[in-house]
Amino acid sequence: MERMEFAFGAGEPALGRSVVGVVASGDLEVLLEPGDAGRTTVAVQTSVDGYGGNWTALLERVLGPGLLPAARIEINDNGATPGVVRMRIEQAFEEAGQAGGTAP
Amino acid sequence: MSSHIDALLQRDSFIERGARSRARALLDAGTMRELAGPFERLHSPWLAMQQLVTQADDGVVVAKGKLDGQPTVVLAIEGAYQGGSMGEIGAAKIAGSLELAARDNRRGIPTQAVILFETGGVRLQEANLGLAGIAEIQSAIVDLRRYRPVIGVSAGTVGCYGGMSIAAGLCSYLVMTREARLGLNGPLVIEQEAGVAEFDARRRGLIWSLTGGEQRVATGLADACVEDDTATIRATLTRLFAQGLPEQHRSERALDYLERLARVDTAVQAAPETVRTIYREGDAA
Repeated sequence: MERMEFAFGAGEPALGRSVVGVVASGDLEVLLEPGDAGRTTVAVQTSVDGYGGNWTALLERVLGPGLLPAARIEINDNGATPGVVRMRIEQAFEEAGQAGGTAP
Repeated sequence: MSSHIDALLQRDSFIERGARSRARALLDAGTMRELAGPFERLHSPWLAMQQLVTQADDGVVVAKGKLDGQPTVVLAIEGAYQGGSMGEIGAAKIAGSLELAARDNRRGIPTQAVILFETGGVRLQEANLGLAGIAEIQSAIVDLRRYRPVIGVSAGTVGCYGGMSIAAGLCSYLVMTREARLGLNGPLVIEQEAGVAEFDARRRGLIWSLTGGEQRVATGLADACVEDDTATIRATLTRLFAQGLPEQHRSERALDYLERLARVDTAVQAAPETVRTIYREGDAA
């Protein structure tokens, strides 16, 4: 297991919070909460060691442009492929963007 | 054929839903409130020490709301996370909720409970803490069922095993699908401990014919075998809650079941029909 933390530029705070996915084989859980304006942080724990470069590249591609709402993101990953990770992050932003978010 | 495909496409599968989605689907629209949810970040401290990735709700969703207007708590186990295994935190969430529901009843609020069993039993990495948690769940079920029914559902595909199968046996009613299985020991465990001649865990037909939902209902160890359809499962729960408490809980008839077990010939591989016959005779006796 490996833990990593990242920070990126961002827009205004996300409207709500959301939780998507499960820590199941090949899947991941993403928790998203509104962050401070202009800054998104990502805390990752992953079951697969040694893929820091892939995480950096993937998160840079999605969050690097700084166009998405500001959020505190927690990722609990159980060996998801980069495509699945990206879709889960986008799903979390989409659900958080609905009024008040979809999380309980 | 095409009508069969249409039926499959239109069906709202309960099995395919995750724990949180299952809980929301069972409760009346807009009434669900999650307690001790993922943003409380109740991660298992024990799994992290063993270098395993943790989930923010420890694989248990506690959902308070209404079912057909009645105060209800749904305790949904996420089978995809660590096999739905019961660790210290997940088990405490279930036991604590059941205890609060019993307290509600003592204060005049008739809260009832649904437990969605999708679990292999105790989480081995948390050992005695998980076992103690399961014991608390069991005593909380027995406490709450004095007031309102506690209904267990095992939809599959994990099924319900180990100490949690005992918890399922303590429920007022148990609802299963054909896909779900219920047993004290899982097929692989039996094969490992007693040998392949005793139980061949590769024989899926054998496993389901002895421990699947259809067989468990035929032998009276579960109360309803329903289609994997969200609306059907919800309607079944509504119907059973409306029935109220059973005259006698299944676990209060333990001696009857022991008599039946004593009549099983363990020298031969149990066949599904034989088991049904023995359980039917038990009812007649």
